[in-house]
Amino acid sequence: MSTEKPSPSKLFAFPHPHLLGIDGLSRPTIESLLDLAEEEVAISRQVEKKKSSLRGRTQINLFFEPSTRTQASFELAGKRLGADVMNMAVGNSSTKKGETLIDTAMTLNAMRPDIIVVRHHAAGAVHLLARKVDCAVINAGDGAHEHPTQALLDALTIRRNKGRIEGLVVAICGDILHSRVARSNMICLANLGARVRLVGPPTLLPPGIEGLGFETFTDMRAGLKDADIVMMLRLQRERMSGAFIPSQKEYYRYYGLDAEKLALARPDALVMHPGPMNRGVEISSEVADGAQSLIREQVEMGVAVRMAVLEALARRLPNH
Amino acid sequence: MHDAVSPLLLTNARLIDPASGHEQTGSLLLADGLIQALGPEAGEGAGGATVLDCAGKLVAPGLIDMQAFCGEPGAEYRETLKTASAAAAAGGVTTIICAPNTTPPIDDPAIVDFVLRRARDGASVRVHPAAALTKGLDGREMTEIGLLREAGAVAFSDGPHAITNAQVMRRLMMYARMFDALIMHHVQDPDLVGEGVMNEGEFASRLGLKGVPREAETVMLERDMRLVRLTGARYHAQIVSCADSIAIIRQAKADGLPVTAGTSINHLTLNENDVGAYRTFCRLSPPLRLEDDRMALVEAVADGTVDVIVSDHNPQDVETKRLTFTEAADGAIGLETMLSAGLRLVHAGQVSLARLLDAMSSRPAALLGLAGGRLAVGAPADLAVIDPDEPWVVDRYQLHSRSKNSPFDEARLTGRVTATIVAGRIVYEYR
Repeated sequence: MSTEKPSPSKLFAFPHPHLLGIDGLSRPTIESLLDLAEEEVAISRQVEKKKSSLRGRTQINLFFEPSTRTQASFELAGKRLGADVMNMAVGNSSTKKGETLIDTAMTLNAMRPDIIVVRHHAAGAVHLLARKVDCAVINAGDGAHEHPTQALLDALTIRRNKGRIEGLVVAICGDILHSRVARSNMICLANLGARVRLVGPPTLLPPGIEGLGFETFTDMRAGLKDADIVMMLRLQRERMSGAFIPSQKEYYRYYGLDAEKLALARPDALVMHPGPMNRGVEISSEVADGAQSLIREQVEMGVAVRMAVLEALARRLPNH
Repeated sequence: MHDAVSPLLLTNARLIDPASGHEQTGSLLLADGLIQALGPEAGEGAGGATVLDCAGKLVAPGLIDMQAFCGEPGAEYRETLKTASAAAAAGGVTTIICAPNTTPPIDDPAIVDFVLRRARDGASVRVHPAAALTKGLDGREMTEIGLLREAGAVAFSDGPHAITNAQVMRRLMMYARMFDALIMHHVQDPDLVGEGVMNEGEFASRLGLKGVPREAETVMLERDMRLVRLTGARYHAQIVSCADSIAIIRQAKADGLPVTAGTSINHLTLNENDVGAYRTFCRLSPPLRLEDDRMALVEAVADGTVDVIVSDHNPQDVETKRLTFTEAADGAIGLETMLSAGLRLVHAGQVSLARLLDAMSSRPAALLGLAGGRLAVGAPADLAVIDPDEPWVVDRYQLHSRSKNSPFDEARLTGRVTATIVAGRIVYEYR
């Protein structure tokens, strides 16, 4: 072991105490995280899927919003690195949700965790919590703000399949307005040199988003033209009843990804979706399960990227 | 406040009367709650009067704040008339128009009477209630505008609620006109506000927060202009926040409509970037807008299109502000920092000192029919002594309000009130 040359990612020092969002991360930082994640992919494909970088550390997954896959992904990532992982699902039935947030944060902080992974329904909630605790905090999704590990895993998936991100045309399609996945992805991919397009009905595009330098399309056909990557977003069922779009049927007609619309993109275009999918609402089964789909690989990369983030933050913890 | 006070002589003062813009150096003699003499010779024959040497500082009419929430009745944990008046006195405000959105609301003459009695017993500055336009602030049935006026209400408003039903607003205007009562309206269409919590646009989209479009304000304001044209009521837009609204007000005034407008000290000196990383003290209604809007407001205050500057004092305790931005309450305290923050515009050469003081005293007095806001013989002896060049740093824990939600916390300000006089009595002295 001692004769082994250290890989460049071993020398990588993450420059922030928390991972609250993609916004504010430099391009080299993102690329180093992706490099580290590549090593974690290799670990995850071994029979012995264990490292010891988080041995003795306590990781708490604090989810104020129900989640199956993200929570499982973070749990697996922590365990593969040797951390003691505790899942806490906090109901949000009470009206004083914010009070619960700070009280819960203070209580958990007193238990001396090393890393807290947080998902909350309100934008900025993770920032607020990070100010109240002494440990490292990872944003696992805050309202319509950010979901940084999703953007990192998407970037990793694209990089592995296309060999690069620079110069690719990425069309993010659907409910951009309510999507933290879209926000983190557009910042991340633009930072890495991709040309990001936002495609959706006008009622589901965030106001003023053109000011951030993204091309917007309300015509999906035009938006998909020459795209290298088509990234679909989940449409929440409660948005389909007339307030934002008239019906599921009409939405699928204009914004659902089927083989016919996908044919407008480049022939080697790849399809992504953060899951869980609404088949027949934003994406057809034919496309979701087709040869151009990366959806299952995204899930695998999710674990690797979360391992990389946990490890990068753990390196900054005291007594390491 | 009304018992006998010995005469007070302010000497070496820079006397400024904002209504006329007239400025002179001299003394000011106060007795029996009124200004008895002013000018270079005012001190002569004032033997026996207590002397306050102003050492060249400014003496201006005490400020009249047309919009401040004072907590009573029902929200005494946020503010009381006593604590609000202490904050007011420290900010040079000698008259507060307290907002009607209390619990219960000020929608009944008995509650006007209650507020006035509570103020008489505990407040160090003058307090006049604004009464509700509709019963229970529900936007449907009009209040007893005549009886409320007789009880002492000086204006009518549903506080932070808009009257969405145009027919209700039309009838309110027709009825209020009979009494020449002033209608003050929160011009925000609640449907367009929706779940919005800050200015709609790039920054809100970046933060993942829902936005309030400018049209929430302009749609309501344009409707109201039509109704004023129809009814002839005296109408005041409580807070305008954006450049488009200024154009509407300017046009209405050019058309001769009896329309006036106000803005808050927050909208004049802060912009949406102050929200930063989800600072809930900058969550306001209407929201802070772009720098371009702020600059347009400053210009409109300077040229008088926007008549009045208010503190929009809205005390919120920790439990309603120490939340995520979406879940936090609207509002910022402002009574104590209004003048100092406003002086930023004077020091920047954007608004004249006389106009700033006019927007905070003389104009409100004229709109509300109050005797203050003037430096003249026979005017009430309500005064602010101001050192316009004294630098200080705001520490919210040092402020007098019961709540500490100041967006100016840690701000460096230049100029502060060094003494405040109400009815000839010193109610605040710095140091």
